[in-house]
Amino acid sequence: MSASSPSSSLSLAPPPYDDAIVKKFVFVTMLWGAVGMLVGVILALQLAWWPANLSLPWTTFGRLRPLHTNAVIFAFTGNFIFAGVYYSMQRLLKTRMWNDTLSTLHFWGWQAIIVAAAITLPLGLTQGKEYAELIWPIDIAIAVVWVIFAVNFFGTIAIRKVQHLYVAIWFYISMVVTIAVLHITNSLAVPATFTRSYPIYAGMTDALVQWWYGHNAVGFLLTTPILGLMYYFLPKSVQRPVFSYRLSIVHFWALVFLYIWAGPHHLLYSGLPDWAQTLGMVFSIMLIAPSWGGMLNGLLTLRGAWGRLRTDPVVKFWAVAVSFYGMSTFEGPMMSIRAVNSLSHYTDWTIAHVHGGALGWVGMAAAAMLYWLVPQLYKRPLHSVQMATAHFWIATVGIVLYVVSMWVAGITQGLMWRAIDDAGQLAYPSFMDTVIQLIPFYWIRLIGGLLYLGGFLLMGWNLWSTARRTQDVPAGAPAV
Amino acid sequence: MSQHESWHRRLLEHRSALFTVLVTVGISIGGIVEIVPMFTASAGADTLESVTPYTALEQAGRDIYVREGCYNCHSQMVRPFQAETLRYGPWSRAGEYAYDHPFQLGSRRIGPDLHRVGGKYPDAWHYEHMRDPRSTSPGSLMPPYPWLLDDTYTAADAEKSVRALATVGVPYTEADIANVATSVSEQSAGIVERLKTAGIQTEGDKEIVAMIAYLQRLGKDGKAAFADSGVPDALARPEEAATAVALGGQP
Repeated sequence: MSASSPSSSLSLAPPPYDDAIVKKFVFVTMLWGAVGMLVGVILALQLAWWPANLSLPWTTFGRLRPLHTNAVIFAFTGNFIFAGVYYSMQRLLKTRMWNDTLSTLHFWGWQAIIVAAAITLPLGLTQGKEYAELIWPIDIAIAVVWVIFAVNFFGTIAIRKVQHLYVAIWFYISMVVTIAVLHITNSLAVPATFTRSYPIYAGMTDALVQWWYGHNAVGFLLTTPILGLMYYFLPKSVQRPVFSYRLSIVHFWALVFLYIWAGPHHLLYSGLPDWAQTLGMVFSIMLIAPSWGGMLNGLLTLRGAWGRLRTDPVVKFWAVAVSFYGMSTFEGPMMSIRAVNSLSHYTDWTIAHVHGGALGWVGMAAAAMLYWLVPQLYKRPLHSVQMATAHFWIATVGIVLYVVSMWVAGITQGLMWRAIDDAGQLAYPSFMDTVIQLIPFYWIRLIGGLLYLGGFLLMGWNLWSTARRTQDVPAGAPAV
Repeated sequence: MSQHESWHRRLLEHRSALFTVLVTVGISIGGIVEIVPMFTASAGADTLESVTPYTALEQAGRDIYVREGCYNCHSQMVRPFQAETLRYGPWSRAGEYAYDHPFQLGSRRIGPDLHRVGGKYPDAWHYEHMRDPRSTSPGSLMPPYPWLLDDTYTAADAEKSVRALATVGVPYTEADIANVATSVSEQSAGIVERLKTAGIQTEGDKEIVAMIAYLQRLGKDGKAAFADSGVPDALARPEEAATAVALGGQP
């Protein structure tokens, strides 16, 4: 990639894409992924065995749980998306990123925010809104770094060498726009001190704004950008065209329009006006259609490549990721139905649902992308296909243990809470009885989480070895 | 992909600016329709006369509640079902949260709902429960919070909170803000006194005192609102509750 090389101006080599930034984002994806999942495992242990809270302020469940959720959403998933977006958009638009300095600022700014989060959250510095806990100075930093990313993103689109915007880019655009709108609107607050502030919204309005933000962070950070990555990396991996262009148009616009309405399903049976609750429920159910449109387009693109399912871990991971996407996007709408929600809300069923999405869809899609991408970036084969296959099975068993144990725990506790005896009194008047019942499932969940983390570390070792395996590079190979 | 130039490709996929504008419009409609009406008086919270802002001490306790992330395990929302009103008390109404910045409805009950916990236990119970949750609640998963017994809050800090909350619309007057130190010392002295009669020695500036003040306040205004409207406490049950019971399949 040396510009001074005399041959570079003459050769028909591809444009000099910035892959150094992609490698950086891949590295931190693995680093923060391991940290976020490790904290998750510690939380799982704390619920099974309370002394793991260590009786220290900064290691209690209440302070560490926001660290876990923020780390896996914004650090792991965020960096994974950025790695995939920087790699794919340069190739889809046939141009280098518009401005390398902005790329670098984006990278280091985002990592600085993550470090700041990892320090402040255990110290109890929080705004107390789920997935939006970070204190106001960090919120401002997030807005600034996001704008830096957005300027570079749209700048790159502006200088593109192809007129047409491929479907992956549509999904990236929806992420860049929506996350900015959500983050800024939900974070409006008045500071009392440098570390404490109060949202401008009160009570139920604050709750509605928060869940409009919270649900669409799921929609436009954990879903649409990863669908965009699927539209680039899945066809690339199996070397087949996307199943249906028309389906991608329909499900994209439906998803963009419908997703934003679904937030109130987090507030069913609350003081929120009934009409808003009903809108949230109805739009959640409608979301099945565009979600399954994406799932079908992904799975049907694998048509004719099913033979590789047995041999190629990349195909295995994509098949399972897309299947979990389909399952989660069926389960979510079902849980948004009032009658179902009356049982599932406030129980571990919700925890099962989010981990089906996070471990099954996001985590497996990240593995699928990285097992294909890292060999491309370093121009050498994956260190060990066997190890990747082992990761696949360990992770799959881990997810099943996690999700099934939390389904059972959630439904068990929900039924116990509502059970009423013949005299019209609570069958389990002691809340504690409904808690003690869950302990065995918490241990099973811990095993599931440990397996998933173990598989992830295996991937880290495999990718690291791939990147470091210099002796396999044939002499004379282009040093891209 | 289609071999032909479709209308979508011609109109949108070649025009990034128009495409981005349409995405922005698409994602804005739902939020505007749902959120904007919340700022109008009619569609928002039903205002309840009995609901008043937290005292400075209670707000200091609420800040500690937020700091410790209590919302990760405790909800503050009693749903309108028979099983919930039997367990916790009257269901939660929107007007009760009028002065909550941020809201603390929660999303998971690893422990019980707290929206009706005010007045349910004596101050000394909360003191012991925070020191060692299993001393009052055998089998509990809750971590102990011994530092609340030693660490201190300050009235000056509480005043900063009250001032910022006044900015976002909580109706604290200038007199309220000027009176923070007095109000804090009076209310905390009462809690210290009640703890003393239970054999617990502490000082009014300990965080546990603010925490107790907040927990004892939770839901009191809401219950008073039900009493004002003549609904007996345990029977508070709207029509929706009957529906939910029917759906639950239990009498």
